[in-house]
Amino acid sequence: MLRYYLKLGVLSIRANPALSALMVAAIAIGIGACMTIVTVRHVMTDNPVAHKNDRLFHVQLDNWNPNDPYEEPDEPPEQVTYLDSTALLQAGRAFRQVISFKSDRVVQPEGDEIRPFQEEVRATSADFFAMFDVPFRYGSGWDAEADRGEERVTVLSSPMNDRLFGGEDSTGRMLRMNDELFRVVGVLDDWNPVPTFFDLNNNPFDGPEQIYAPFSVAVTGEWGSSGNNSCWKPPEEGGYAGYLASECIWIQMWVELQDEDEKAAYAQFLDDYVMEQKELGRFPRELNNRLSTPEEWMINREVVDDTVSVLLSLAVLFLIVCLLNTIGLLLAKVIRRSNDISLRRALGASKAELFRQYIIEAGMIGVAGGVAGIGMTWLGLRGIENVFADYDFIGNLVKMDWAMVGLAVALAIVAALCAALYPTWRACSVSPASTLRVQ
Amino acid sequence: MDIGPIWRAMLKNKSGFVLIALQIAVTLTIMVNAFGIIQERVNKIDRDSGIDEANTFAFASVLFKDYEREQRMALIDEDLDLIRNVPGVVNAIASNSFPLRQGGWSMALGLEPGNQTPESVSSAIYFVDEHGVETFDLTLIDGQNFTPDQVNWADPEDNTWPAWGIITEALGKELWPDETGSYVGKSFYINDNDPVNIIGVIDKLQAPWESWSGVERSMIVPQRRASEFVRYIVRTEPGRRDELMPEIEAMLVASNADRIIRDMVTMEEVRKLAYVGDAALIKILGFVVVLLTIITSLGIIGLASFNVSRRTRQIGIRRALGASKPAVVRYFLVENSIISAVGLVVGAALSIGLNIAMVGAFSLEPLAWYVIPAGMLALWAVGQAAVAGPARRASNIAPSIATRSG
Repeated sequence: MLRYYLKLGVLSIRANPALSALMVAAIAIGIGACMTIVTVRHVMTDNPVAHKNDRLFHVQLDNWNPNDPYEEPDEPPEQVTYLDSTALLQAGRAFRQVISFKSDRVVQPEGDEIRPFQEEVRATSADFFAMFDVPFRYGSGWDAEADRGEERVTVLSSPMNDRLFGGEDSTGRMLRMNDELFRVVGVLDDWNPVPTFFDLNNNPFDGPEQIYAPFSVAVTGEWGSSGNNSCWKPPEEGGYAGYLASECIWIQMWVELQDEDEKAAYAQFLDDYVMEQKELGRFPRELNNRLSTPEEWMINREVVDDTVSVLLSLAVLFLIVCLLNTIGLLLAKVIRRSNDISLRRALGASKAELFRQYIIEAGMIGVAGGVAGIGMTWLGLRGIENVFADYDFIGNLVKMDWAMVGLAVALAIVAALCAALYPTWRACSVSPASTLRVQ
Repeated sequence: MDIGPIWRAMLKNKSGFVLIALQIAVTLTIMVNAFGIIQERVNKIDRDSGIDEANTFAFASVLFKDYEREQRMALIDEDLDLIRNVPGVVNAIASNSFPLRQGGWSMALGLEPGNQTPESVSSAIYFVDEHGVETFDLTLIDGQNFTPDQVNWADPEDNTWPAWGIITEALGKELWPDETGSYVGKSFYINDNDPVNIIGVIDKLQAPWESWSGVERSMIVPQRRASEFVRYIVRTEPGRRDELMPEIEAMLVASNADRIIRDMVTMEEVRKLAYVGDAALIKILGFVVVLLTIITSLGIIGLASFNVSRRTRQIGIRRALGASKPAVVRYFLVENSIISAVGLVVGAALSIGLNIAMVGAFSLEPLAWYVIPAGMLALWAVGQAAVAGPARRASNIAPSIATRSG
C-alpha cells in the first residue's frame, strides 16, 4: 500500500507542477532562512573544549573600585592583574594553571625575501598547550622550568611555520622578534578553535594567535598587552614596573581542576588569597571570586551578538509564513479534490487510509523541501559570507557540518508534516456521499 | 459592489482565507520590524564622524629596534616634518586613534577629585599637538586651539595628565547638563585627581567605538607619546589623497629601516569596516522583506487561482445573469481587500507586540508611528496586484459555462 500511496503522491504532485514547486520552494526558502542563521549561531556558540568543559575554569577576582562595580550589577573584572595572576601561578594550587595575554611584536624573518611584519603573539605560561589539548606536529611546548628560567623559546602555528620555514620541522631554528632571538621548540598541528574561548576580548572569531612565547620572557621584555587593559585607579608609579604593580587588569587566567573536590579546594584557596590581600589594603570590594567553565564564560561574555538573535527570531517568523503558505495551498488542493475523496470514502476507504495517503503526499513535499532547503542554506551562508566579505574571519563562521544538514532535513520534514496535518484532517472529514449527491 | 454577499460567501469556506490572512499578518510583522531595524541602521551609518573623511588617511609606524625615548621622539618629529612638507598635505599628526577605528583610549571624568563613581562620565581621549584641530578638520565653536607651549611629551615615569583639554559639545552637556553658558574655563578631574581646564569646545568628534552609547563624547589632549607604535593621521588637499598615500609610504619606508609602516588605510575604508555589520544587516533584512513579499503574493495568487477554478460554474452563472466583466474582477479585489484588512489588523497588533519584545530584549529603538500604516498600505497594494491576474482570468470565463454540466 505504501508504494501505491507514494505513486499516487507523485501523480498528484505532477498534476500541479507549478503549485507543487511553489510549496517545495516555500518550505525550502523558509528552512534555508532559518538554517542559515541557526548555522551561524551554532558556530558562534560552539565550545571548542566541550570535552573538558567540567575541568577548565576561568578565574575572576574582584579587585575593583569600591564605589563602582566593574559591570552592573556586581560582576567581577573579566581579567586579572599581574600581581594576582603571578602570585596564583606561583602558588601552583591547581592541577594546571595558565596566565596569558597577547602582544603585538614585529617578526624579522631571515633573509630578504619576507619583509618584517607585525604579528599578535600570545605570551603564556607553560601549561597552555597541555591544558587546552593543543596538538603538536613537531616538537612540543616549553616546560615550567623554561618559564622560570626566562628561556627565549617559541611555538609556531603550522601556517606560521609554512610562512617562515616552508613547513619543515623547524624545531631548533631561531626566530627574530623585535631584535631578540627565540628558539623554536614546537610547531602546532592544525588548531583553529572558534570562538577563542581562552581570550574572548576583542574579536573571539578571529582564530588563535600564530606565535607563542613564555609569559616571563614577555614581562622581562616589557611587552605591552594589545588586548583590553582597564584600570579603576591610576598606577601609583610610572613606567612598566608601575603598570605591573597596579590594579590594572589585562591578563587572562585559567585553571584545570580534576573533580568537584579540587574545585571546592581551589575556590577556598582563592577566597583565602583575597582575604590575605585585603589585610594588605587591596581588594576593597566584598569577596566576589568566580570560577566559570568555558561554556559559562562564553555565555557570560555574550559571545553571540544581539543581531544574530534578532535575525533568528525574524527567520523563525519567516518559516512560519512559508508554512502558512504551504498549508493554504495544500488545503486548496484538498478542497478541490473533495470529489475524489468522497468517492473513495463511498467505495470503502477508511479515514485512516486517507490520512496515510495524504500525509505521505505531504511528507514527500517536505523531504523535497528539506533537500532543497539544504541548498538554500548553503546559498544563504554564501550570501552571509558575501555581505560580510570585509571581515577576514567570516570564513570561520559560515561552515556547515553534518549536524546542521541533519537538522535541516529534520526541520523540513517536521515543518511539512505540521503543514500537512490540518489539510489532511480536512480531507479525512469529507463525508462519503457529500459531493456525489450533487452530481 | 455589495460587501455583504462576498463576506457571507467567504464565511462558508473560512479556513483558506484565514490562512492567507494569517500569512499577511505575519508578513506585516516581519516587514515593519525589519524596516524599523533597517531605518535605525541607516541613521547610524549616516552619522558624521566630525573629521574630513574624504581627504584623510592613516597608518602606523612600528619600531622593532630598541630605541631610547629621545630617539623615538626625534623619529616622530622627523616623520611629521617630512609628511607636513609634502606638497598637497594639509596637515598631519601622530595620535593614538581616530573616529570609527574601533580601538582607542577612554577615561573616566569626574567633577570632584577621587576614584571614579557611578556619576563619572567616560570620554574618548585623542592625544594631539597643536596641529590636531586642523588635521581632524574640527570646528571650534568656543574658546581656542592649543598653543605650541601647551603641548608636552608624556613622561613614562610620571602619570600626571596635561592641564588643558578641548572637549566636544556632547561631552560638555553630559558633564554639566544644566549649563547654558560657555564650557570654556570650567574644569573637571581626570585620572582621579588631575584637573583639566577646558580651553575650547568643538561641535563634533566621534569616539573610536561606533556602537558605544557615548560615541559623541571625546576630548583632545595636548600630549605627545613617544612609544614604539605610532599612528599617523594625514589630511590632504581635496582629491590628492590617493596619489599621496603610496608616495608618503615609500618616503617613510626609505627614511628609516628600523620600523615597519603598516595599516595604510583611508578614512572611507575605516568607515566601511566599522559599519560592515550594519550594512550587511540592511542588505539581509532588505532581501528578507523582498523574498517574503514574493512568497506571500505567490500564496495569494495560488489561493485565488484555486478559488477561480473551483467557482468556474458560479462565475459563469453570474456572467450569464448579466454581471459585467469588471464586476467579476471587482468581486475578487473586494474579497482580497477583506482578507487583507483582517490580516493587516491582526498583523499591526503582532508587529507592535514583537517590537515591544525586541526593544526590551535587544535595546532596539521603537518603531516610528508611520511605519505600521505604511506597511499596511504597501501590503494591501501587493495583495491587490497579486489577485489581479486570477481575477482577470475569472472575468474571462464564458457565460456559456453555466449551461454545461460540471
